[in-house]
Amino acid sequence: MFDQLDALLLARIQFAFTVSFHFFFPAFSIGLASYLAVLEGLWLKTGKQVYLDLFKYWLKIFAIAFAMGVVSGIVMSYQFGTNWSVFSDVAGPVIGPLMAYEVLTAFFLEAGFLGVMLFGMNKVGKKLHFTATLMVAIGTFVSAFWILSVNSWMQTPVGHVMGENGQFLPGDSWWDIVFNPSFPYRLVHTVMAAYLTTAFVVGGVGAWHLLKDRANPHARKMFSMAMWMAALVTPLQIFAGDMHGLNTLEHQPAKVMAMEGHFESHPDGAPLILFGIPDSESKTVRYAIEIPKLSSLILKHDLNAPMDGLDTIPDHEEPPVGMVFWSFRIMVGIGFAMLGIGLWSLYARARKRLYDAPWLHRAAILMAPSGFVAVLAGWITTEVGRQPYVIYGLLRTADAASPLDAPAVAASLLAFIIVYFTVFGIGVWYILRLMGKTPHTGEVGVKRGDTGPIRTAGITPGPTQNPGHDEPLPAEKEDV
Amino acid sequence: MDLTVIWAFIIAFAVFAYVVMDGFDLGIGILFPTIRVGQGRDRAMNSIAPVWDGNETWLVLGGGGLFAAFPLAYAVILPATYPLIIAMLLGLVFRGVAFEYRWRDPNHRAFWDAAFFGGSLVAAMAQGMTLGALLQGIEVVDRSYAGSWFDWLTPYTLLCGLGVVAGYALLGSTWLIWKLEGGAQKHARYLALRAAIATIVLMGAVSLYNIFLNAEYAERWLTAPEIYFAALVPILTAIIALSMIHAIRKDRNSKPFWLSIALFFFGMAGLGVTMWPYVVPPGVTIWDAAAPEKSQIFMLVGVALTMPLIIGYTAWAYWVFRGKVADEGYH
Repeated sequence: MFDQLDALLLARIQFAFTVSFHFFFPAFSIGLASYLAVLEGLWLKTGKQVYLDLFKYWLKIFAIAFAMGVVSGIVMSYQFGTNWSVFSDVAGPVIGPLMAYEVLTAFFLEAGFLGVMLFGMNKVGKKLHFTATLMVAIGTFVSAFWILSVNSWMQTPVGHVMGENGQFLPGDSWWDIVFNPSFPYRLVHTVMAAYLTTAFVVGGVGAWHLLKDRANPHARKMFSMAMWMAALVTPLQIFAGDMHGLNTLEHQPAKVMAMEGHFESHPDGAPLILFGIPDSESKTVRYAIEIPKLSSLILKHDLNAPMDGLDTIPDHEEPPVGMVFWSFRIMVGIGFAMLGIGLWSLYARARKRLYDAPWLHRAAILMAPSGFVAVLAGWITTEVGRQPYVIYGLLRTADAASPLDAPAVAASLLAFIIVYFTVFGIGVWYILRLMGKTPHTGEVGVKRGDTGPIRTAGITPGPTQNPGHDEPLPAEKEDV
Repeated sequence: MDLTVIWAFIIAFAVFAYVVMDGFDLGIGILFPTIRVGQGRDRAMNSIAPVWDGNETWLVLGGGGLFAAFPLAYAVILPATYPLIIAMLLGLVFRGVAFEYRWRDPNHRAFWDAAFFGGSLVAAMAQGMTLGALLQGIEVVDRSYAGSWFDWLTPYTLLCGLGVVAGYALLGSTWLIWKLEGGAQKHARYLALRAAIATIVLMGAVSLYNIFLNAEYAERWLTAPEIYFAALVPILTAIIALSMIHAIRKDRNSKPFWLSIALFFFGMAGLGVTMWPYVVPPGVTIWDAAAPEKSQIFMLVGVALTMPLIIGYTAWAYWVFRGKVADEGYH
């Protein structure tokens, strides 16, 4: 299947494949862990049953998503060594410690408290259980902090010195390395993306159940919470994305040129190309629809500001333009569609028809997976846009790979593709099945035991029967 | 004290913690087909469901720590054992998702039980063979792996793989003695006795093979004055093995489990004596592969601050789920 490709390209495809798959799960679980912490906190504060039910409903989904994130994440932590050994050797002294900190401050925290979060509701007190949930949520964020610091250092490397043996060595201050120039922007933009991804999934599930029963209090509550996120966070995210773009223009101008499709320099104001087909051979964007001078206005805040194009970059330093150009447009397009949903929900809410707006609900269902697409597209933009370098300007991707032969990498790539599509495909199916179940009062959480967690969920009248738990659930209360 | 030596001990501690903690999880997976479908398997699975994820994290610390503290070793060992590492990772994928999936899909539970078993077995075998490939030596030229495709596949590495499978089965079965009661506990005893004998025999075989494998290893174990210290390891191992077999027959609680951990500890100490001071035998010492001092200090601060907390909350999580596993969750 892959025999005509060389080992380097296969290793790149393998990394892209495994990291893309992996990224879906944290993108979801970062937001979901925080959502669960909010739900449990609201339950403790208000005592309303609906929050506990929603907590237990989403906890089952979280358990599956988290397990998939863990097992696909372990693959990533070894892939640097298996396929990018030169990179590991030379960059290890700088980024290795940051990744070690990720393990020490994030992975152990998540994993250590996960057991109590999933299974310990009736074994520890309510407050202690809430603490466990908070620790898991904090862990997911801390993990994003470190790994994005590593990625950002690879994009905007500073604070290091070169060793005689060719290694990158830490310079005077770890602060410079950790808080490298692109890191704050990338962290804010990525974490908000994770929150929005989760919000649109929660909103889509709420909308689905509202279409079936607009009176369902659980569906109402989750839809309302998700739409607040859409309305409030999307504008912030668009602003953060713009700031991130300006930061990229400063540090990685070639990436922005590819995003904009600017093959040529524009000495007196560059146009914003809305659509077109970039052609790297002829160095033009065919069938371009463009707005004159708008790109200069957005990026330089001046209609007539000169903008360099890819003609100022030697060919062997250029990123692949088509992929970056398109993935960027997909991300931005989805961002504005999310904004549209947020505004629509505000309008419906103002008219007191949030739960009685079938077309909004249908649109929200359509947008439910959009966060994943946007996250992936954004990731492709930034990762492909920094090519041909793995450490920007300093180490070329082609010089970073392991001394492996093509058939070995081809075999492992094939194995990853088959296993990931099967195992994670099935996991996603289980998640969708759980989402299809109507949330109800007396929701059962994740449970081990002979009774099984699935068979009881959905058919057990909560307050009367609560298998496996010592005490009955709190009585049903008026909510929403 | 030399920071590089401290880091060698930290990595060794992480590997040891992984081996014994995920060792009993994987061991239960390896033994899963021998456990009766239904209540038996549910309880065995439930006994580790709250802790397996934390246990597996030590593998990330072992790998990530090696990357950070000995980047050259990480960059050499992983390409050299490429197919083993990939097999281990895929095995762990199946093992990990089986914890959730088997409950989500009762109609296909038999399939996920098989995935739990297969994934655990493949991961354990691959880990043992990786250890074997490391011990038998890895060819390094210009800071890079210079051997060929199948260097990792020899009778010796297969023997090491079987040794680790047997050892994990021992840890898993003694954990089950601790966590179960009645007939299930009796079955765990039966398994533990056989796993103990297999582990001891394979440990002995690997140790003897080591002495013939490499003149330097033999010298280390068989010449005076080193032999007076080195000989303590097999003698203590033998004493522990005997008391462990006694405990497996009689004890109702955690004693067989702690003794099997002690057995692993001395196995690991033996490895230390054999390999020291190489991190990639026969040519790369821990000092050759070490990260610069600045990286070592920065991480050491992190370890000093976080490790007591990690050990603390991990112990707490185990404490929450203490005691025997019963039908519906824990009492």
